[in-house]
Amino acid sequence: MSVVAGSVGASTASLRRARVMGILFLLVGVLIVLVFGLGSEGGVVSRLGLNPARAETLFRLPDLVLPARSTAFLLGAVCAFLGGVQLSRGFERRVNLVIAIVLVLFVFAFLTWAARDRSLSLLGMLQSTLLRSVPITFGALSGVLCERAGVINIAIEGMLLTSAFTASVAASLTDSLWIGLLSGAIVGGLVAGLLALLAIRYQVDQIVAGTVINILALGLTSYLTDQFLQRNQELNNPGRFQNVPIPGLSDVPILGPVAFDQNVLVYLMMAIVAASFFGLFYTRWGLRVRAVGEHPKAADTVGIRVLFTRYRNVILGGVVAGIGGAYFSLGAVGRFEEGMTAGRGFIGLAAMIFGRWNPIGAFAAALIFGFADSLQVKLNILRVGIPSEFLAMAPYLVTILIVAGAAHRVRPPAADGKPYLKE
Amino acid sequence: MGEPIGRPPSDGEGDLPSTGDTVPQEEPRAAHEVEEEVLAAGAIVTTGRGGWRDSLLVPFLAVVTALVIGGLVIVFTDEDALREWAGFFRDPGEALSASWRVVSESYYALFSGAFGSPSGIGRAFVSGDLDQIRGALYPLSETIVAATPLVFVGLSVALGFRAGLFNIGAEGQMNMGAVVAAAVGFSMGYLPGPLHLVLMIAAGFAGGAVWGAIPGFLKARTGAHEVITTIMLNFVAVSLGLYLLTTDFYRQQAEPIARPVEVAFPHLFGTNLRVHAGIFVAIGVAAAVAWLLNRTTIGFEFRAVGANPDAARAAGMSPTRTVVAVMALAGGLAGLAGTNQLASVTPSLIPGFASGLGFDAIALALLGRARPAGVVLAAFLFGSLRAGGRTMQAVTQTPIDIIVVIQALVIAFVAAPALVRAIYRIRARRVAGPDAFAKGWGG
Repeated sequence: MSVVAGSVGASTASLRRARVMGILFLLVGVLIVLVFGLGSEGGVVSRLGLNPARAETLFRLPDLVLPARSTAFLLGAVCAFLGGVQLSRGFERRVNLVIAIVLVLFVFAFLTWAARDRSLSLLGMLQSTLLRSVPITFGALSGVLCERAGVINIAIEGMLLTSAFTASVAASLTDSLWIGLLSGAIVGGLVAGLLALLAIRYQVDQIVAGTVINILALGLTSYLTDQFLQRNQELNNPGRFQNVPIPGLSDVPILGPVAFDQNVLVYLMMAIVAASFFGLFYTRWGLRVRAVGEHPKAADTVGIRVLFTRYRNVILGGVVAGIGGAYFSLGAVGRFEEGMTAGRGFIGLAAMIFGRWNPIGAFAAALIFGFADSLQVKLNILRVGIPSEFLAMAPYLVTILIVAGAAHRVRPPAADGKPYLKE
Repeated sequence: MGEPIGRPPSDGEGDLPSTGDTVPQEEPRAAHEVEEEVLAAGAIVTTGRGGWRDSLLVPFLAVVTALVIGGLVIVFTDEDALREWAGFFRDPGEALSASWRVVSESYYALFSGAFGSPSGIGRAFVSGDLDQIRGALYPLSETIVAATPLVFVGLSVALGFRAGLFNIGAEGQMNMGAVVAAAVGFSMGYLPGPLHLVLMIAAGFAGGAVWGAIPGFLKARTGAHEVITTIMLNFVAVSLGLYLLTTDFYRQQAEPIARPVEVAFPHLFGTNLRVHAGIFVAIGVAAAVAWLLNRTTIGFEFRAVGANPDAARAAGMSPTRTVVAVMALAGGLAGLAGTNQLASVTPSLIPGFASGLGFDAIALALLGRARPAGVVLAAFLFGSLRAGGRTMQAVTQTPIDIIVVIQALVIAFVAAPALVRAIYRIRARRVAGPDAFAKGWGG
């Protein structure tokens, strides 16, 4: 649609956008120089750590020691230069890449400023970025699997919450984290089965059906926690999955400790991202799923079972969300707490939208949210003078900004949210 | 890209039950046809075809079924009852009677906590003793007190539904309304009481309206879906409220509590009963919303945009402006709920001030079929559940969260009339497609 509608006024509109972007880059550069450059005292250094907390590593990198003020000046100058190039010559199609570069430079300048006269483990931040993106990624993948088949899944939050509860209790009862994980995944699938039943069989408005499940999940888990877990703490003491460094890979500088020295749920996440990307876009299965989500009538005509595909994908999505829920209690916290998902399911939905209903894109978007989240925790520790309540808003505000910025550029599967009525 | 609320053309079919065919209509239509379509859609939304069966019988059966399933949950999470069930084959009678005992005790406590015991009320009136009558009516008063904020938040969500918007943010809007109302409430004590109260109500409305207008604006300008933005703003509102409670302007000596407001709704039957004049404001606002929706041009635009934004635009309305107006109004209504709580039972703003009410609001709007009168009735039902749930928790130690479970089940059954019909084998009278309350991502 945008191509057709935009072709008339395209040249003027894109010219204006290019100019706005150039001015924006310039302003970011000026901001970096004024706030972070003049904001740090001359001669003060920022120490950014690049080594994992554990001592024995094959390669040990020197810490990044940067003079706070000159670094900010340099980064600001680069941003301003990019802005100048954009205004005079224009990056044209590569402007999105430049936007990303400017954003990274800004964040780096900010970190250098925040860490002035102190040390900040950059590696630790990258690690916690990945960890905090894990449940969001699982949620987003669950959404991708459901919505590619044409069923809107607002119930991710509820699935995460129920399976976090189930995984904790099951693991505590059986003394096995693996059984806990399995139970979490199964319960996620069952909750998704309820969503599928309401949405596909009874054709309830899919957003309402998802909301029902979210409320039900919150009520049931809170009720059961009050009724059982508070009096019997031993039912809510599952322990946690320990980190399993992958031999060889985990010694690669920076990437190793971040990506290959994690617990099994993180590896599982990476595997599911890869598998669902490959499955959706390079297999017959994926082609059929997408056909059902884009044009169910056509899919039906060529003999694809539309309703079966939708049931299967929604339940599959529930299993994925279930694993994500288990991450809360078995991977991150080590116990279940009421309302512990704190909106991560909805942030996952936002990541799915920003990632254009594509597993890799969703993972990348989840990393941005994870970074916002880990940044607010870090800044809270560094005491940069921003009240912690405002820092706590960061992931939610980033979600709003990203959804507002992305909503127009993305297109959901054409039949998303529409019940299929066979004639 | 030029159409802020537009949906992709491939997406435009099936908005109305009456155009449920799958062939997109490409050819331009005459203006009067579009107008008729809007009118027809409005009629569907307003009257809800199907008569009393759909508007009363289905919600009634939904509540009954939800209570039955809630009872099962109580039984199978009660340790005594579970012990009896373990010996089911030895003594099935005992298992059943133990279960009945658990459920009937819980639900009796729920009922008496919500309405009082009928015989007690009768005896009190016969005795003619005023204190005794007040004591007997106490549960009923608590039910009304609990129902009052629910009317406001329920109306907030219902108004959104009528315009095709799903406002999950009533909780945040209520919080922000309360934040602004509290500031007026505790800092302007020098004003004469009635004026102060009116000003505080206006402030609560304004605070909620601003918070509601943000997602409306984002949706109109960028297409960001209100389900995500309103949820996120709920979290932001909580953080903002927590921050304000640490500032010198808001806080009392004890930090996470704001200074109490200096004005309140008058009590209706003396200070022993908490029921207050807020309930009249609530019912008056409900009537005003009904009037706005059904008797004014603005209300017609709201409903037309909700039924079919494309047709509404073709008929010369502005869906963009309407979305912002509806969300602002919905936010304002939720803000009134915050004011109501400040001016009655919780004069000080505290953390968790509005927690859970946002979800209740969705249940109320669905149960009341997005009509103001229905929302008021639903609010009384949920108010009785809330008031009774407290008594139930105190008497039988059944956690009050069971109320949330029951409410979620009520919404599930109300939103899926086919499910209720299947359970009770009621024949469907209408063949139209599913009820549409909200729209997909495209909108």
